[in-house]
Order: sequence, then C-alpha cells, then structure tokens
Amino acid sequence: MAAITLRVNGEAHTVDVEPSTPLLYVLRNDLDLSGPRFGCGLGQCGACTVLIKGEAVRSCIRPVSQVAGQEITTLEGLAQNGKLHPLQQAWIDEQVPQCGFCQNGQILTAKALLDKTPNPTDAQIRAGMNGTLCRCMTYYRINAAIKRAASTMKGAL
Amino acid sequence: MNTRRNFIKNTGILVVGIAATGGGLPELFAQVATGPYPDPDFLQLDSWIVIRADNTATFFVGKTDLGQGTGTAFRQIMSDELDIAYDKTSCVMGSTHNTVDQGGSGGSDALQTDGYPMRRVAAEARRVLLEMGATHFGVPVSALAVSDGVISVVGSTAGSRIPDPGPRQVTYGDLIGGRRFNVTLTGKNTDTTTGIAKLKPVQEMKNVGKSPQRYDIPGKVDGSLKWAVDMTAPGMVHARNVRPPVAGATLVSIDEASVKGIPGFIKVVSKGNYVAVVCEREENAIRAARQLKVEWKKPATAPFPASDKLFDYMRAATPSSTGKPIETGNVDAAFASAATVVEAEYDVPFQGHTAIGPAHAMADPSNGQMTIYTNDMKSYGMRNGVAQFLGMPRDQVRVIWMDGPQGYGRTAADDAGFEAAYIAKEIGRPVRVQWSRQEETAWDTKGPAYAFKMRGGLDAHGNVVALHYDACAADHNHLGYNEHETVLISQLMGTRKNLISQGRASLPSDMYVIPNRRSTTRVVPLPMPFETPLRTGNLRDPDGPQVQFALESFIDELAHKAKADPVEFRLRLLQASTQDDSGFKRARSIACIKAAAEKFGWDSRPSPKSAVASAKAEDILTGRGIACAYRSQTVVATICEVEVNKKTGRIWAKRIVVAHDCGLVINPEALIRVVEAGTLYGLSRALHEEVKFDTEKVTSVDWMTSPALRHEDTPERIDVVIVNGDPNPNRPDLQHYGAGETMCKPMLAAVANAVFDATGLRHRRIPIRSAGIEMP
Repeated sequence: MAAITLRVNGEAHTVDVEPSTPLLYVLRNDLDLSGPRFGCGLGQCGACTVLIKGEAVRSCIRPVSQVAGQEITTLEGLAQNGKLHPLQQAWIDEQVPQCGFCQNGQILTAKALLDKTPNPTDAQIRAGMNGTLCRCMTYYRINAAIKRAASTMKGAL
Repeated sequence: MNTRRNFIKNTGILVVGIAATGGGLPELFAQVATGPYPDPDFLQLDSWIVIRADNTATFFVGKTDLGQGTGTAFRQIMSDELDIAYDKTSCVMGSTHNTVDQGGSGGSDALQTDGYPMRRVAAEARRVLLEMGATHFGVPVSALAVSDGVISVVGSTAGSRIPDPGPRQVTYGDLIGGRRFNVTLTGKNTDTTTGIAKLKPVQEMKNVGKSPQRYDIPGKVDGSLKWAVDMTAPGMVHARNVRPPVAGATLVSIDEASVKGIPGFIKVVSKGNYVAVVCEREENAIRAARQLKVEWKKPATAPFPASDKLFDYMRAATPSSTGKPIETGNVDAAFASAATVVEAEYDVPFQGHTAIGPAHAMADPSNGQMTIYTNDMKSYGMRNGVAQFLGMPRDQVRVIWMDGPQGYGRTAADDAGFEAAYIAKEIGRPVRVQWSRQEETAWDTKGPAYAFKMRGGLDAHGNVVALHYDACAADHNHLGYNEHETVLISQLMGTRKNLISQGRASLPSDMYVIPNRRSTTRVVPLPMPFETPLRTGNLRDPDGPQVQFALESFIDELAHKAKADPVEFRLRLLQASTQDDSGFKRARSIACIKAAAEKFGWDSRPSPKSAVASAKAEDILTGRGIACAYRSQTVVATICEVEVNKKTGRIWAKRIVVAHDCGLVINPEALIRVVEAGTLYGLSRALHEEVKFDTEKVTSVDWMTSPALRHEDTPERIDVVIVNGDPNPNRPDLQHYGAGETMCKPMLAAVANAVFDATGLRHRRIPIRSAGIEMP
C-alpha cells in the first residue's frame, strides 16, 4: 500500500492503495466517480475511458501509480460551470444512447478526437472512434452527434 | 411495512427529483423500509398511479427499460389517458416491492401487451377524478372538460348547487393529492387489469406520435445516473468467481493458502463446482481469483464438438426432440412436377449475448432480508428464483432494478444476482459480484446454432410451387428465466432439473403464399447438457435472425433461378392471395417492401449484377439486397447496399433502408433510433459474431477473439421509413406493437443477398466475413 495523490476533475485526492491498482477501481471505489465503467479490464472496449492531458486513456489497465499528479478528467468533470460540454449536449440533442453503458467512453474519446481534429469527416470519425465499442450499435448517431458538436464548438470560437 | 402510503409519504419529493435526472429509485437515497416486501396489489389503482398535491403524477410499471425508451413511451400513453401534461409525470419501473409484477422485459411486449393495462388504469384514474370533479362542482360529469390535469366546468350548470360562476377549475392535485384512490380494478392478471373507463381513440391522444426526449438520457451523458454496477452499501465486499478451466471439470481441491496473503482477503466460498473468492477491495478480489490454486479433474469425454465441426455434428446427431411436421398442399407431388428444384444448406453458429458490461449484482442481507440491486430485465423472476434458491420466503427477497448494459436477453437468467445473494447469505455482509470479460464472453448464455436445409420448386414460369424448410437447432436444455434450478451457480452446485427443457427449432416468419409447403424441425443435444458454457438462452428475437437468414436467402436464390427481380419476386409471392390474417401482416408486408424499395430507389433487375461488369470493375463492387420479416405483429423490410472490396474481401454496408410497421407509433424519434441501432446489431451478427470453441472450452473470450461491429462499419446513411400499412390506417383503435427486435431478423439475409448481387457469390454461413470473399 502507498499513499498516492491524484488530481481528478480539478481536485486533489490522496488514496492509500497498492501502486499497481488500475486507476479505474480507485476512481470508482475510492473517489465515487462512476462515469468510467468496467467493460473488459483489457483495454479493448473503451468503457473505462478518462482523459489525461487531453488523451483518451483506458483506466482499466493504467496503474494508479503512473498517473499520480497528472490532471485526470472523467465524464463528471466535462461540464464547466454547470453547463454541459457541447459533446454532451449534442448527445442529448441527437438522443444517442440506448442502454448508455459505453457512452462514457464514446463521449470522452470523441472529446480527444475533436481536440485534435476539430472538423472531422465521417471517415475520420469512424477511424478515430473505432476502438470504442457499443453493443447497442449506436454508432450512426454517435457520428451525427460528433459532427453536431464540432459545428457548435466552431460557432463558439 | 412498506405500504404505498408510506412510500409516497417518505419519498414523494425524491421521486420527482430522481425522474428529472433520468431513472434510479428512491430507495437508494431514502431509508424507507426494512422489509418484508409484500407484492403491490395489481387490482388496486393506487399500485399504478400516484398523484400529488402539486398536480404531478408518477406511474409505477412492472417493466424494465433496456435503453429503448419504453419508460418514456409509457409516460406518453399514460399521460394521454390520464389527461395530464407529459412533463408533469415520472415513471418508476421494475422493482419488485413498489411496482406490480408485469414480468419485466421480454418478447418486445412492453407496449404491445403491457401498454394496454397501463392505458386502462390511467383512463380509470381520469374517470374517477372526473367523478370527483363532478361532486366538487355539483355538476354532472358531462358538464366537465379536462386538460393537462385541470378539470373545468364547460357545460350547462343549471340546477347545480353552485349559484354563480366563481372558481370553475380544479386540478387533479387539488382533488386527490396526498390521498389514495381506493379504487379496486378487475382482471385475472396484469395483462387484463382494467377499470370501467374506455380507452381514448388514437385521434384524441396528444402525446402519442410526438417525440419527447427520453428522460433517461441526460443522466447517461453527464455521469449522474447511478447504475446497478454503481451500487454500494456500508460494509460491502467484492467477490469474483473462479470458473472450471474446461467445461465439465469437477473440483478436486482448493488451496486457500495460495491467496491468504492477499490484503483484505476474506474467504473462499465453494460448493460443488462453484468457487468464488471474497475480498474487501475489488482489485484484490480480482487478484485472488487469478491466484487461487484449484485442482480440477477433466471430464472423461468431450463436452462438445469443436466449433469447426459443429454443423457436421448437428446434421448427424440424433434429435432430442422433433417438431410436428407442418404440411399444406401436396408437397411431394409439387416437387415431382416442378420445372426446377433448388436446394441449399445454411449454417448459423452459436452467437453470444456478450454484453458490453459483464454480469454484475450487489446483494445486501441486512435485516434478515435479501435485497438485490441488479439490471435484471426480469427482476420479478429473479426474486422468485433467489427466494427458492436460498430457501427464503418470497416477501423477504426484494429485487431493485437499475439501468445496466444491454444484454439482449442475457439477464433473463441473471447468474450474478444469484451468486451475489448466495455469497451475501454465506458471509452475512453486502456483496458485489462482478464477472470478468473473459468469463462473460465464454460463459454467458448463447443463441442456439442452426443448420438448415431448404428445398424449393419452381414451375416453368418461375412461380414457387413448393417449399420445404428443414431446421435443426442445437438448443437442448434451453435455459429458463431465472430458475433456481438452471442458473449457472445452481448447475455448478450439482442441481439437475428433472424435466430438461427441450428447446426448439423455430419456423420462419413470412406471409408468402406458397401452395405446397412443408416445415420440419428438430433439436439436437450437445454431449454435455449441464455446467456448459454453451448454455442456450433467449438472444434478441431468440431464433429469428437465424431462421430468417435461411428463408430470406433462399427466397433470393429462388428469385435468381427464376431470373426475377428480388423485390418483384417477393411481392408476387405476397400478392398471390388477397386473404389476410387478423393483423393484416400480409398487406403490411407488401406496404413495407414497397416503401423500402421506393425510399432506396430500387432498380428493378435480377441479381447478380453482370458478372462481366464485375470482372472489369474497380476494386470495389457494389450490390443491393432485400429481406423482410415479422415478429408477432411488427413487420419490417430491409434493403442493404454493400461495397465489397475485391482485394481485402471487406464488406461495408454503405446504405441501409428499413421500412418498419409497428402499428401506432408512440415516439417516432425514439423508434427511429431503436431501429437504426437494432439494424446495425443485425449487421454485427451477419458480419462478425460467432462463438468459437475447441472440444474442451469456449475460445472466444474477449473482444479480440469475439469481434463485433465497430465504428468503422457504420453505414454512410440509414433511412428508417415508418409505415402504417393497415388497410384502415386511421382506425381509432390502431394497435401499438413491439419494436425492440424485429429489425434484427432480416438484416443477415439482406447483407448476404447484397453480397450476392455485388459478387455473384452466395454466402450460406454466418458470419459472412469469416468465410472470406474469394473473387472469381
């Protein structure tokens, strides 16, 4: 066990866990953040995605000791000043989710994608999002929501 | 005791707040009851509807919303019958202690079956409230009108005891807020529950046909929704299962010392061949499950053939049961005189449920009761099953339904809930059970594999004169719904149900008029029926995608032999009679095919496209295929356009049109999304999904070895055409049918038919991608 300090959604938290513990379990069980979800524990599906320094990271295979002190953003931290992120709003406007279990990973992966590629084509969306699985198969609406958010964010600049 | 009265009193405010954030249940936030938990009485109006002083209403329904918006639809239809504004309502679903047992989800029956008693009880509440209003104003009911929960005096009040106009409006909340209806309903069960009020004609329903946004979505995108996976309780611990390494292995010994040093290790729980480890922290439970040394003895004989020998095995196996042959006309004579006879075999492998989130549940044994927090679609069945499994009285078991990963029938037999309850009882603490990905993909329930043989006869004009459909399903010992004798933990503990379910091989769903027709079906067993990872259970429209793949591929093969356009060929088969069934499925099938063809811009010609053109063409070949199906009363026709890459063999469904007739549409925008996603789910089964196994174990264990549709497969365009093909489309009693599954059924054949159109190659085994595309 070791004391590790994490910066999550702008707040510092110190936890006492095995350094090898995957970040996912610390976020969910110690910090009560349920946005990231367990889907595979293998880094294959994306349900556990968080943002670390703007990158979409799979928290189920990232040891907590490796991310100490780094700024971590979860789904709960995406809204700013009580206002949903344009991606979240687009997800509502397009009525994207079915069961919704994977949508944490979809939204945060899309955030990382739009940060790098503000106006993605359909092909760029398909490629950029490809590793993030949805068993309800809401891919078509996710694509639409990403383009809608891109358009909103462009207008906001 | 947790009466409805207490429930309102203690949690009334919270219900509204929770509904606004998208689901969840008040018990999670308010300590309302310590049990026991008697069943809500479905014959009491108060069990279904609560109206508060602020003129808001909450509907309590015994269904579960798996993410297809049924909760929103219930609010729409019940708001309409009650005459209250949609946004003044909320919906509580699926928990055994505060909603009547309507069976949870299954069979896409939420609106088709359960929607009607919900409408009737809401209409009855409106009737009772109008009577109260009449008493309040001292006027006859005929002098009243109601809109958005406000009753107004509109007719003549001559002779009433109210001498002058004065206040002429009263709200539902004024009349009954905070009090019970105390109205007894009639009916033998929740399907037939009714008052004496009549339902509204479709034309008077204000919310039906509009598309309010689904109330569950905001909480799913801002992270605020609490799911079953998120449930905790004071003192809760974490458990993980340890499965036999090969199917049918028996436990010899456990070396508990192998995990004793793990921090927070609590216990190994074991009975028969069931083994689990329990630790204080989740990551340590995962480690303990990996580290525990267990000696297993392999079975003497192989539990099943390897997946690459499955269809040979099935075709040669002795059936465990045989369906009664169905025959119309004189099939033998028709084949004997047919100008052309076509034969083909089709194979569909086992396909897994493979939910995006593996099985999970939290069980709390506090107060001598057992409360299970779960995403079980059939929560009421789990309550009964767990009570029997643990030997507890029913009313001491409570199942609280919460959102979870869509499982397409996986949670109809919710193993994790039983496991959590068993371990919680053993150790006397709240326990969370979470399956691993590998465990879920290998050991979840499977849709049965099918081997088909089709035979068709054409006359000299290309008319279908005979059809023989022969289906063989590997479906012996099909799993029951949350049965205490058949869930996996029970099987592993050695329970053997006396009467093994025979399973079934199903018939296709079509309205084709074929004069001479024979259907033969049989079920074959695998060598090991128990404790097997090839347990068959209901997978989204349990057999529909399989059987419709065979039928609709073969219809295309017959059209090809007849040198006919596939759309025209199908329309000819449907129009060969003018007789229809009571639901007009034949007429509605014609309407859907025509609507799909029109939207797609179908070019009439036989398939395939010219082989010469294909040979000369670029690397990308294109083609289009159609297939159709019904489920219960819902009819679908799907057209798919594919691109086939000659070099890589990749198939891309570039464009899809789905014409969909489910009768009265409650929420068009929600329906369109359900149909889009369900169609892509069918595409995933067509192109990717297969459970592979050797002769000892399932080898499809994660998303690499068990691939599914991904973003790269997303079509460029999907059009959903909402069809109302009823001969009397404006009938005031137009029925609302289920829409959760039908769209999956035709997709497999639509893709196969499109690939044939593009390449001239007929694919008769699912998934199509794994067969490869070898160009001529």
